[in-house]
Amino acid sequence: MDFRFTAEEEAFRQEVHDFIETDCPKELRGGDVSFFEQAGNLFAWRKKVAEKGWVAPAWPKEYGGAGMSIMQQFVYSMETARMRAPAPIFIGALAVAVIGPTIIIYGTEEQKQKHIPKILAGEEMWCQGFSEPGSGSDLASLQTRAVKDGDDYVINGQKIWSSFAQLADVGELLVRTDPDAPRHRGISWLIMEMDAPGIEIRPIKTVLGGSEFCEVFFDDVRIPVSNRVGDENDGWRVTNVTLSFERGTAFVGELMDARRQAARLLTMTTDPADRRELGRILAHFDALWALTKRNVTKAQNSGDPGTGAVVLKLAYSDVRDALDDLAMHVLDRAALSIGDVFEIGYFVRERLRTLALPIAAGSSQIQRNIIGERLLGLPKEPRGEPVAP
Amino acid sequence: MNFDLSDDQVALQEGVRKLCDGRFPIDRVRDGFDRSMWDELAAFGVFDPELAHADRAVVFEELGRAVVPGPLVWGCLGAALGVDGIVGGIEPREPLLVEHLESIDTLLVLTADGISQVDPSTLDGDLLEWPLDALTPLHRVTSIPAGTPVAGADALVPARRAGAVYTSAYLVGMATASTDLAVAYARERQQFDRPIGSFQAIKHILADMVTRLEVARAAAYAGAAILDDPGAGDPARAVSAAKVVAGETALKNCRASIQVHGGMGFTWEVDAHLYLKRAWVLDTVFGSVAEHADALTE
Repeated sequence: MDFRFTAEEEAFRQEVHDFIETDCPKELRGGDVSFFEQAGNLFAWRKKVAEKGWVAPAWPKEYGGAGMSIMQQFVYSMETARMRAPAPIFIGALAVAVIGPTIIIYGTEEQKQKHIPKILAGEEMWCQGFSEPGSGSDLASLQTRAVKDGDDYVINGQKIWSSFAQLADVGELLVRTDPDAPRHRGISWLIMEMDAPGIEIRPIKTVLGGSEFCEVFFDDVRIPVSNRVGDENDGWRVTNVTLSFERGTAFVGELMDARRQAARLLTMTTDPADRRELGRILAHFDALWALTKRNVTKAQNSGDPGTGAVVLKLAYSDVRDALDDLAMHVLDRAALSIGDVFEIGYFVRERLRTLALPIAAGSSQIQRNIIGERLLGLPKEPRGEPVAP
Repeated sequence: MNFDLSDDQVALQEGVRKLCDGRFPIDRVRDGFDRSMWDELAAFGVFDPELAHADRAVVFEELGRAVVPGPLVWGCLGAALGVDGIVGGIEPREPLLVEHLESIDTLLVLTADGISQVDPSTLDGDLLEWPLDALTPLHRVTSIPAGTPVAGADALVPARRAGAVYTSAYLVGMATASTDLAVAYARERQQFDRPIGSFQAIKHILADMVTRLEVARAAAYAGAAILDDPGAGDPARAVSAAKVVAGETALKNCRASIQVHGGMGFTWEVDAHLYLKRAWVLDTVFGSVAEHADALTE
């Protein structure tokens, strides 16, 4: 049980530190950076990161990634968060974290050559078309249809919760190619060009007042069969493979920022009960930090971060909720402005943003099912006849 | 950085588990602490003062899983101070309740001045007829004599930190056993023609238990690792985080185990209550969840 970095790890940390110190614009340091206000600086910084070869930390070097070990990815994320610079994959995170690895593993040579360089260069913005109005937690029930017609699939249906679809050039799309097969076996994974005729995008206004998410409608949209990644009807497996690229470093930046917020809140209250609750929350953040180090160590040593990585999102969501609720209580009526009128707007925006934390990417209820069924081996919830509302 | 059990620690863990499975089955544990238990644990090396904090955390996690009774944490603190025999201890506060008084050879007393040792036969008090935890007998004594000094005030912080970390590891072990018991019961117990563990109402309780457990175990190990290498972190903070998270986890998981067991969980016969009662006892020693939470805000 060794908490200290080796000389090699420490040297790498110093390299990350020096790189950020020298090349990251000061305006981007300090967190709470508005994408729209700082777009120029963000793209300039991304260019520096690309020149350094660090845009895609986890990708193999032969595809233009940094080929970092898990431990190096952890050090990179940690030092970046510590210096309050934008996260390693801050623009086009979906493409770097999910799309790239999927294409690397399942894509054709042509698909790789077309998309991988553009993802690395930040020239191609991606969105995701997975969820549907009727298929949220039960994603495998998705209904958007793809019917083969010559060299194309003809797509009809609707997607939802596609982040930044209004800005995206391309998207990953899950469609039903075989309605008669068992639910998980009739799905395919396609690359959609967002300017294809018949695609309509409608932004959704969220509780934050902005429109990060969109609905995407498909009316006889033609997507070439050559845009399919992986085999026909094998899309479910293609989707799941990308998860193995994350391996336990996903919450490094979140955790550091959350602890900073908790420490800041501590300076804003003298109430003993609030302070005790904050002490409890701080203990949990430290514990989650220790768990992250344990997961990273396990992943580095064996390739599998183990049980700890499965429970991390649920555990973090719960304690984060406690922090943000407490912040609203401590701030009292100063919390009634989302803008920075009282210089604490970040707390309020974070309270609103983190409402999505236990919902997105597998709700806490679904996480509990997964933990119960896959980790503890409990029987599945009985699935019988459809139940009328 | 290599924050996981070493091969030696895995071997140690397996060794203690084997010892507990073979020598401390629940029937013997239910008979309470006695000298023969102490001797077996001592022979295994549980109180060996050479043991690193992290190794001892591994040992205490296993002892907690088996809910082995006795003043085991105090035994380690005593051994570190060169005090032999069966060692108990107390940080005096009202009401003055001394654990395992009839079994111990020496009572360590932690006060602001330092650590002293007291001959337990000089204490005047009555055995409580109904202690909360039947396996932690308590004497209510009228006063604690001054005793013979063993160490000065500078020994207090290391002793309290070590005590808090070993107790945290023990709490994690108890939370693990409670979770295992509840999971096993939920798989086996049938209602509405299926195992109750198939229902999300039960499944989600169990998922929360194992989630808390993973976090608490990391916190307890971190506390021990940073006591071994204080430069690698902030020992005061790491120890308090360990006791807060391990304490909370044990209290919640041991409590939840009773709930999952339903009516049977309310019986003396089912082991679930043994764990919850010990968790309550252990929240009163080496700083409670609340005290350590407060300490983290100072």
